[in-house]
Amino acid sequence: MFNPVTTLEDVSFAYGSDSVLDDVSLELCGGEFVALVGPNGSGKSTLLRLLVGLLEPQRGRVSLFGSDPRHLRDRARLGYVPQRPQLASGVHATVEDVVRAGRLTRNGWLGRRSAGDRDAVDAALDAVGLLELRHEAIGKLSGGQQQRAFIARALSGEPDLLVLDEPVAGVDADSQRAFSASLQHLVDQRGGTVLLVSHELGAVADALDRVIVLKRRVLFDGTPAGLSQRGVSLGIHDSDLPLWLEGVQTPAAPPEPHRHSDHSVN
Amino acid sequence: MQLALMAGLVVGACAPLIGVFLVQRRMALMGDGIGHLAFAGVAAGVLADVWPVWTALLVAVAGALAVEWLRARGTAQGDLALATFFYGGIAAGVVLVSKADALDTNLLAYLFGSILTVDRGEVVVVMILGLVILATIAVARRSLFAMAIDEEWSQVAGLPVAALNAALAVLVAVTIVAAMRVVGILLVAALMVLPVGGAQLLARSQRGVLAWSVAIGTASVVIGLGMARAWGLAPGGTIVLVAVGFFALLAMADAVTGERRLVRSQR
Repeated sequence: MFNPVTTLEDVSFAYGSDSVLDDVSLELCGGEFVALVGPNGSGKSTLLRLLVGLLEPQRGRVSLFGSDPRHLRDRARLGYVPQRPQLASGVHATVEDVVRAGRLTRNGWLGRRSAGDRDAVDAALDAVGLLELRHEAIGKLSGGQQQRAFIARALSGEPDLLVLDEPVAGVDADSQRAFSASLQHLVDQRGGTVLLVSHELGAVADALDRVIVLKRRVLFDGTPAGLSQRGVSLGIHDSDLPLWLEGVQTPAAPPEPHRHSDHSVN
Repeated sequence: MQLALMAGLVVGACAPLIGVFLVQRRMALMGDGIGHLAFAGVAAGVLADVWPVWTALLVAVAGALAVEWLRARGTAQGDLALATFFYGGIAAGVVLVSKADALDTNLLAYLFGSILTVDRGEVVVVMILGLVILATIAVARRSLFAMAIDEEWSQVAGLPVAALNAALAVLVAVTIVAAMRVVGILLVAALMVLPVGGAQLLARSQRGVLAWSVAIGTASVVIGLGMARAWGLAPGGTIVLVAVGFFALLAMADAVTGERRLVRSQR
C-alpha cells in the first residue's frame, strides 16, 4: 500500500562500550507524520543520525529511499533539522540567505541557480511565518525564530522526507504553532513524510499518525491514541516511561487493536 | 608605484574574501598562524637558495592542510593544535635563518612587507594566486557559507565538506603567500580580518559582507600606499593601520547609532 521511505533492519549502535541502540527495526512510509519519543539518552538522536547517514550502524542495515543513506545521490529528497543548530556569532547573514542555502540540496555544491529557487524559498519562508523577516539579520532573531529559519532551510529543498531533532526545544508558543502548520503542509499538500523527535508534542499531537517509543529498542509503535489510552504521555521523560512498556511489568489495561497494529514490543 | 598598486589591489581584494569565511567559522587567527609557518618556508628557501615564495607556498599549504586535518578530527583542542604548529613554524624559521646567516633586509621584506620594491615577476605571481582565490570563491562561496552556518547539516545535504574545508585551508595559505610582500607575514592576518569586521557593521547579508570587505580592503591598500609614499612610512604597517582606522570609525558609528536607537525606543 505505501512505499517505504526508510527502513532500519536490526540496527545496533554503540558509542565505545555504551550500547545506544539494540536490534532496532522500523519502517516509515510516504505521507506519514511520525513522532519518535523516549527518555533522554534513549538513542533517538543516534537513530536520526544513522538514518541521515551521519553514522554507520555497527550491525544491521539502514535504507533511505532504497539506498545506503551515506551514498544517497538525490540529497534533495531528504530535509534535516539538526538538534539545536548553533548559529556562530561570526555568521552574518539574512534569514533569506540561510533559507536559500537549503537549495544547495537541489542545485549541488556549485550552487547553480535554478528556476524554482525563488518560489521555493518564498514558500518555505511563508510556511514558517518568516516572510516579513526575510531581510533581517539571522543573529538578531529570537531562538524560536532562528529555529523556524532552519526548518525553512530544510523545507526549501522540497524534501520527500523531513527529519527533525528536537526542533521546538525552548521555542515560544507562536513559533510552535507556525512550526506545526508548516509540517502539516508538507504532509498534506506534498505527500511528504515527517519524522520528528521531540519532548514537546502538544502542538503536533493532533497531526501525528504514529508514535514510536524508543529506549535502546522500540518499545511501542502505534497511534498516539493507543499510547495515551495506556496512560503514557507523548512527551516521555524518564519518570513517564512505565515499566510495563519496557517489559518489566504487565500492562494495567489490555491493548486495543488499531490501524497500524499498535504493539508494545517486549 | 604602479606595480605596487597592482599587487596591493589584488591582495586588498582577496585577503578579506578569504577572511570572511575564517571569521564566520571563528578561525580569525588561522591566517596569523599560517603566516608563521610561511616564515619557516621563506627561511628554508633562503637557506636552499630557492625563490622563497615557492618554499613558503609549499610549507604554508602543507601546514594549512595539517591544521585542517587536526581540526576535522577534533584532535587536541583547536587553540592548542594551532599553537603547536604556529610557534613551531616560527621557531623553525628562526633556526633556519640562523643557519643561513640571513637575517638581513631581504628576509625582513617578507616579515614586514616591501610592496614598493615588488618586481614584475612577483606581481604576476600575486595576480595568478589572486585569480585562483577569486575563481574558487566565485564557485564555492554558497557551499562555504552553508558550512560556516552548520557543518553537520551541510554533510547531510551532500556538500563535499572535507574537500571544501581542505580547499579553504589551501586558499588561506595561498593568500598568505600572495600577501607576504604587500603587508608582510606578521600583518597579513590583519588584512584578512579587519575589513571583515568593518563590513559586518555595514551589511546584513552574506553578499553585502563580501562586497564591503573587498571595498574596505582595497581602500585600505590605496590609502595606505598613498600615505606611505607621501610621508615615507612603512607601507605594510600603514595599510594595516588604515584598516584599523576604518574598523574603529565604523565601530564608533555603530555604537552611536545603536545608542540613538535605544534612546528613541525608550521614549
